[in-house]
Amino acid sequence: MAKRIDVSGLSAYYGSHLAIEDISMTVEPRSVTAFIGPSGCGKSTFLRTLNRMHEVTPGGRVEGKVLLDDENLYGANVDPVTVRRTVGMVFQRPNPFPTMSIFDNVAAGLKLNGSYKKSQLPEIVEKSLRGANLWNEVKDRLNKPGSGLSGGQQQRLCIARAIAVEPDVLLMDEPCSALDPISTLAIEDLIGELKERFTIVIVTHNMQQAARVSDRTAFFNLAAVGKPGKLVEIDDTERIFSNPSVQATEDYISGRFG
Amino acid sequence: MSQAANTGIQERPAPAEAARPTSLSSRALPRWAPFAFAALALALGVGTGAAAGWQSHTQWGLFSALLFVVISYVTTSVVENRRQAKDRLATSIVWVCFLLAVVPLASLLWTTISRGAERLDGYFLTHSMAGVLGSEPTGGVYHALIGTLEQVGIATVISAPIGMLTAVYLVEYGKGALAKAVTFFVDVMTGIPSIVAGLFILSIMLMTKTQPSGLMGALALTILMIPVVVRSTEEMLKLVPNELREASLALGVPKWRTILKVVLPTAIGGITTGVMLAIARIAGETAPIMLLVFGSQLINPNPFQGAQSSLPFYIWEQYKVGTDQSYDRAWAAALVLIAFVMILNLVARGIARWKAPKTGR
Repeated sequence: MAKRIDVSGLSAYYGSHLAIEDISMTVEPRSVTAFIGPSGCGKSTFLRTLNRMHEVTPGGRVEGKVLLDDENLYGANVDPVTVRRTVGMVFQRPNPFPTMSIFDNVAAGLKLNGSYKKSQLPEIVEKSLRGANLWNEVKDRLNKPGSGLSGGQQQRLCIARAIAVEPDVLLMDEPCSALDPISTLAIEDLIGELKERFTIVIVTHNMQQAARVSDRTAFFNLAAVGKPGKLVEIDDTERIFSNPSVQATEDYISGRFG
Repeated sequence: MSQAANTGIQERPAPAEAARPTSLSSRALPRWAPFAFAALALALGVGTGAAAGWQSHTQWGLFSALLFVVISYVTTSVVENRRQAKDRLATSIVWVCFLLAVVPLASLLWTTISRGAERLDGYFLTHSMAGVLGSEPTGGVYHALIGTLEQVGIATVISAPIGMLTAVYLVEYGKGALAKAVTFFVDVMTGIPSIVAGLFILSIMLMTKTQPSGLMGALALTILMIPVVVRSTEEMLKLVPNELREASLALGVPKWRTILKVVLPTAIGGITTGVMLAIARIAGETAPIMLLVFGSQLINPNPFQGAQSSLPFYIWEQYKVGTDQSYDRAWAAALVLIAFVMILNLVARGIARWKAPKTGR
């Protein structure tokens, strides 16, 4: 069910502040696309425009088009709630619902949307937890609170929660930045498996990670502090890391700035 | 020559280490020192008070407290050092303030329990004041207890939903001028004296020619309760991390369901505590009851018609009668009121603990 994303001429604002300007790119289905760039260049903001989470921030608004298989996310009659069911998201810090058990956390998306059959839930929860490589660790304590898990397990729980609603696209906003190397490895392996089924977009500060997990890499940059962030280039990951076409990308990747 | 050279070497100025303390440990007062200071201060205070013939024991206590602070500071600065002395000064002031705050509370609780327990029994809780003269040792609080339960109950049923929904609006939806105005007026309403709320309902009663009843009292209590509920709920909702809202929204859950199923359950413990504290606050209100419920000696279980009584009103009424028996009844009723509020607090704590986000494995 993975879908292609076509962005054209997209700008995002916080109030009157222009955060990212005129971004156009294509994200291929069943692949991992990584966003890299210095802090404050608008990677996360751009990611959040892809499932209309940007407008949840007070003052947040967007200009331009995001086509999800030829359907504009910002079209006149599009319901943001439906968009977010199609384009799931995993956040930087693991955020399981503290009042819910592990089982309920995974089932949350279905339960809260009211669109489920009770008899199907255990099956979906098991499938999602297996998909997130967490099933073996938690199968004996599904009714314990999710906040009792370790940070890495919580993050995989959040991934399970996101894939339980069967989205077409999965957005990940620095999913490993709060995790240790072993948990990071677990999640990177998981991303490799998930791309068989989903279109994955991942924001990362870790360039090795981008090189390891992604098929294509987009480099974002900003001219100066306070200026809007821009897409510098997007290309196959191998080319970006070996022979980028823009000098700034090479400078950033080789550590000459940023 | 060589000897002189040797001594010359040894007479070199000592290295900088001499400026530092040679050891990490230094002279210190024993751990029981504060207790010794307190005992000494108390003995001196009592001794001085007795010798000078001060009438009020409060003076003895205050003088002892002052002595305690001074003795701690001076002794520590002599034995230890100035930094330790300052530390001791701050600590002793904190302790003195703590005691000053606790003494009236403990004294109030002790007096109410010891005086109230004389009359508090099953008979007192199950009988009204119907046909009881002020000097008779019988009579009870049943009618007032019913009145308080019903009036506070109605007030809670009205104001808890209104207050909580207002708070949800302010935290989750409100922006711009309207939300600012609501916040401002809620703040103003928090400070409304209860008699003013009573007069407000009274003026409506006079305009609509309504008779006093428990409901009218409950309406005045509602005015007092809503702002407290709004404020406490608002604070609790603000404590819910924004990440949880985003996590739910990103799953494609509509905003209203996010609030209902994620935000409110996360904050429910604190919200319950806030509502219970608001109930405790209005349970002790007397002025609106005097104006609007009128007071009664009889059992009237119908809050919508006829005069009722309530616990604070009953206390005031019995105190006014002025006999020993009525004083006993007033104390017993005060104990009932305090027990009522305390039970509510315990229930609120229980719910908060039960509903609090769990961290266990």
